[in-house]
Amino acid sequence: MNIFCAGINHQTAPVHIREKFSVGSHELGETLAQVRAIDGLGGAVILSTCNRVEFYAASVCPIRGLDGIRQLLRDRTGESNPPFYSHDSPRSVRHLFRVASGLDSMVIGETEILGQIKQAYTMASQHGATTRHLNRLFQHAFRVAKQVRSETQITRGATSVGAVAVDLAGKIFGDLAGRKVMILGAGETSERTARSLVSRGVRTIIVANRTFDRAAALAEEIGGLAVHFDHWHNAFDDVDILICSTAAPHPIVTREKLEPILCARAGRPLFVIDLAVPRDVDPSVNDLENVYLYDMDSLEGIVRQSLDVRGAEIVRCEKIIDLHVMDFITWSRTHADKIR
Amino acid sequence: MIPHFLLAATFFFFLSFGYTLFTLGAGRFRSGSFNPLAMSVGFVLLSLDLWQRGNAQSSCPINSLYDVLIFMSWAIVLIYLIVGSTYRLSLMGAFTSPLVFCILLVAQLAPIPREAVPRLVVEPLIEFHASVSLIAYGAFALAAVAGFMYLVQDRQLKQRKLGPLLLNLPPITELGVATGRLLILGFSLLTAGFLAGLISGMPVNTLKFGASAGIWAVYGCIVLLHCSRRLAPRRIAGLSLLVFSIVLCTLPVIQKLSALR
Repeated sequence: MNIFCAGINHQTAPVHIREKFSVGSHELGETLAQVRAIDGLGGAVILSTCNRVEFYAASVCPIRGLDGIRQLLRDRTGESNPPFYSHDSPRSVRHLFRVASGLDSMVIGETEILGQIKQAYTMASQHGATTRHLNRLFQHAFRVAKQVRSETQITRGATSVGAVAVDLAGKIFGDLAGRKVMILGAGETSERTARSLVSRGVRTIIVANRTFDRAAALAEEIGGLAVHFDHWHNAFDDVDILICSTAAPHPIVTREKLEPILCARAGRPLFVIDLAVPRDVDPSVNDLENVYLYDMDSLEGIVRQSLDVRGAEIVRCEKIIDLHVMDFITWSRTHADKIR
Repeated sequence: MIPHFLLAATFFFFLSFGYTLFTLGAGRFRSGSFNPLAMSVGFVLLSLDLWQRGNAQSSCPINSLYDVLIFMSWAIVLIYLIVGSTYRLSLMGAFTSPLVFCILLVAQLAPIPREAVPRLVVEPLIEFHASVSLIAYGAFALAAVAGFMYLVQDRQLKQRKLGPLLLNLPPITELGVATGRLLILGFSLLTAGFLAGLISGMPVNTLKFGASAGIWAVYGCIVLLHCSRRLAPRRIAGLSLLVFSIVLCTLPVIQKLSALR
């Protein structure tokens, strides 16, 4: 019994190609039925995400199965030569285990893909499109992904500026529910960062922007409160997290401005995220007690550090995966099925 | 001869510390059940050791510096087990186990008086005074541990370094709260112990009384500054570490003065 996979991903095809092959949930049942109708294929699982479209199938003759899938795709998309890669056992097994572990993702170690694979498998199973070998393969893939996650640091650290900001806020305040955020300058990055914080429980957001209308619009969008830019320090007393991203040519938050405000805060920490270039916050603010200042460079530095840590873990992950591939292939050889 | 229970307890505290150090170094640290388990086993073994020596001395086993160090280690672990489970402060065990391990090592290896000075009168109030005062020191020790963790976390956040410690240490705000509460707990216990000592009317060396009152007053000031929020959490953390280090160093002197009666 051979497991084979065929597909495209973000490494092999740009988005305008990938979107042609995407299989939406509304057409999944029909597509699975078409794949199962291919001569020599006992079953299939279709994984369709924004970064990849992959077909996994069990077959005694992978070449025939692959030809059938290519023909199906030609009929679906009108592309005469779909730019698909294909693997058969054991490479196909290793490929699925790597995908499930996040090693084949755009951001190495991301965990969303595992949920997507689980969903694809569940859908195929519900449509009766899985076989004993596919069931075993996917259950094994889930186990591998779990082991890789728990025994290595492949998912360690945050990999975007927003995620780093949220992680750091957690390291400073613990629970973010009830924390107050102020946005100075309603830029796109500050908005994204604020949204990330809202997703972690922040309830109160104050937006100050040179153009009040823009502040009001953003405040309405994220359920916050707009204040006039010139009066931002009047609303600052209870703020826990300050996000700055104005287009000011010089620092607008200085040590001299913050010091008197901090005196009234009774030792409460202040997390300052400076996303502006040129910087909005004087670097000496970080020397103030209970103030933690992170600018773009330091946030991106942490992102790079996380990615380096994850990159360095790949070898350990591959070793775990290799052991499981051998394990699965051994099982597969001793449990050969007959296909139509 | 070192009692077996004590030796085994020391081993478990070393195991807890070594395990955390290894897993942190290998980047595999997870806030699991190993540390609390190792500390709990160590605590049970220490309790058995205290029980054994208490029986032999027919009083609370705090009649020599050796006894005091072991009783204080027991008190530190007791407070850790209560605080650790209440606040779920990850890595606190990793910082507590080396402290306990070092105190036990000093107790067992350093040339300190081991012979228990027999009590002339075994009075419940005096027993209460001595034991509660040492449990208070256990709370101060934990406050120093939480304070040290606070300072480490503060330094890492200020330097913007994302080491394994930053990832595993509890949020700095929670460490500040824990330090403050442990100081309040320690101060309350110390006050209770102090009052019990005064009420018992036991004869006391003036120097010992002065030193104890001094420690009580210093911790009282720190607690007052903390409660009135006049001092930043970072300074409270630094003070709790500094004062406890001084108290630990002066413990042999106080014990010696106690023995003079």
